[in-house]
Amino acid sequence: MSLQLVLDYLLSPVFFHGALMTLLITVTSLVFGILAGLVIALLQEARFTPARVVALAYLWLFRGTPVLFQIIFIYNVLPSFGIRLSAFLSAVIALSLNEGAYMAEILRSGLNAVKTGQRTAGLALGLTRAGVMRHIVLPQAVRIILPPVGNQMIGMLKTSALVSVVAVEELLLVANQTASANFRYFEALTAAGLYYLILTTIFMGAQAWLERSLDHKRRRTRKARPLLERLAPAADAR
Amino acid sequence: MNSAQPETPMTAEPFPAAAPLLNVVDVSKRFGALQVLKNCSLTVQAKETVVLIGPSGSGKSTLLRCINLLSPADTGGIFFRGEDITHEMKDAPRIRREIGMVFQNFELFQHLTAAENIMLAPMKVLGMSRADAHDVAVELLGKVHIPDKADAYPDELSGGQQQRVAIARALAMKPAVMLYDEPTSALDPEMIREVLDVMAELSAEGMTSIVVTHEMGFARRAADRIVFMESGEIVETAKADDFFGGTVNARARRFLDQILH
Repeated sequence: MSLQLVLDYLLSPVFFHGALMTLLITVTSLVFGILAGLVIALLQEARFTPARVVALAYLWLFRGTPVLFQIIFIYNVLPSFGIRLSAFLSAVIALSLNEGAYMAEILRSGLNAVKTGQRTAGLALGLTRAGVMRHIVLPQAVRIILPPVGNQMIGMLKTSALVSVVAVEELLLVANQTASANFRYFEALTAAGLYYLILTTIFMGAQAWLERSLDHKRRRTRKARPLLERLAPAADAR
Repeated sequence: MNSAQPETPMTAEPFPAAAPLLNVVDVSKRFGALQVLKNCSLTVQAKETVVLIGPSGSGKSTLLRCINLLSPADTGGIFFRGEDITHEMKDAPRIRREIGMVFQNFELFQHLTAAENIMLAPMKVLGMSRADAHDVAVELLGKVHIPDKADAYPDELSGGQQQRVAIARALAMKPAVMLYDEPTSALDPEMIREVLDVMAELSAEGMTSIVVTHEMGFARRAADRIVFMESGEIVETAKADDFFGGTVNARARRFLDQILH
């Protein structure tokens, strides 16, 4: 057991590159996952029945099979149909498609949470449809979807470790390869674990900061009411 | 207020009879198999308050929504200040600026304070500065008798207060006419009065209003004319005094007896 070696690994270009790859896979898959989710959410809301059937089939397929299965399937089975993708691309496609199934539900709940009545009220005031979306629907929807999207982000960071099975040089694979060369599993995995913790901590911090800056009431309360006054009603309630 | 002397109409000064502010001509509308409006015609002069009454499902709300193009008429014409707006769907935002609307369920924007609810449209639609819009909001909140609620969020207000913010929000666009769609139907009984008082005050000041309501007390004190609708048709249009004086059509009489118990 050598803490010096852990530190060396942490600072080594290979581990740093692995961590960057993990971050890249996570962010890319998340972005495309949100786009896929948006498409599925819109299909689900469509009046056209075939559109809803397509959305349902998608959800059934991608929620009903393991992500690991989907990654291996895309990487190993598609080439036999003549579709040859790099490991990285296969991984990102699999993770995005999978993520889309979960994002669809989250996005749908956010958009539906803003009732039609408020949109109508916005139109009645003379706002355009785009104006209603921008000033009325989105600010409210974003607040609703942010916590579950944050969960998905952190989930994705950890799920991305699965793509090591198709030999994408991400954090876990780097750690595993390093360790198998000298059997210093403790040091290599500790370094990888620390990287994961650093990344999740950054994500959590960003999420908390975003949630706080979007919470209109907290923003006002902090400015307008001193702590003691805020505690006073609670004391009365006893 | 008007209720003191019901025999004098509140609009004392004459206005050009030739140019009604709003003219609804022969409007029909159907939703699938359901004919919700059948050849409805209605003329509203500036400064007039018209109360639309009738059983649920008689098309009153649909008629209001046709007027501000939220729900386009199938046939017929809608003329606002002499301009044919019936098919101006592309231009609807411009027309709606001048037509204020108040809804049964208030429909305040939940993420904005009372003042911000009022400020949104003047800022985003008219391009007013934040400071000017805030002045407007403060003034209007005073007008609807809740000057101290500027920084309250909708869920911190009572139903009656929310509806008054909604009225102020519509007034902020300086509309030529106000449409009220059952503004007190979702309110607890003790809050109905405060909302009706604000509406009656506005009417007395000469705000042209079309009000869908079941509140006959309000109709009696604020309306110039009563329009009775049934099954998508305008069955009766009468001066308020005549209507309550008993010279009305039998179907309207029956409806009145029902809702007055």
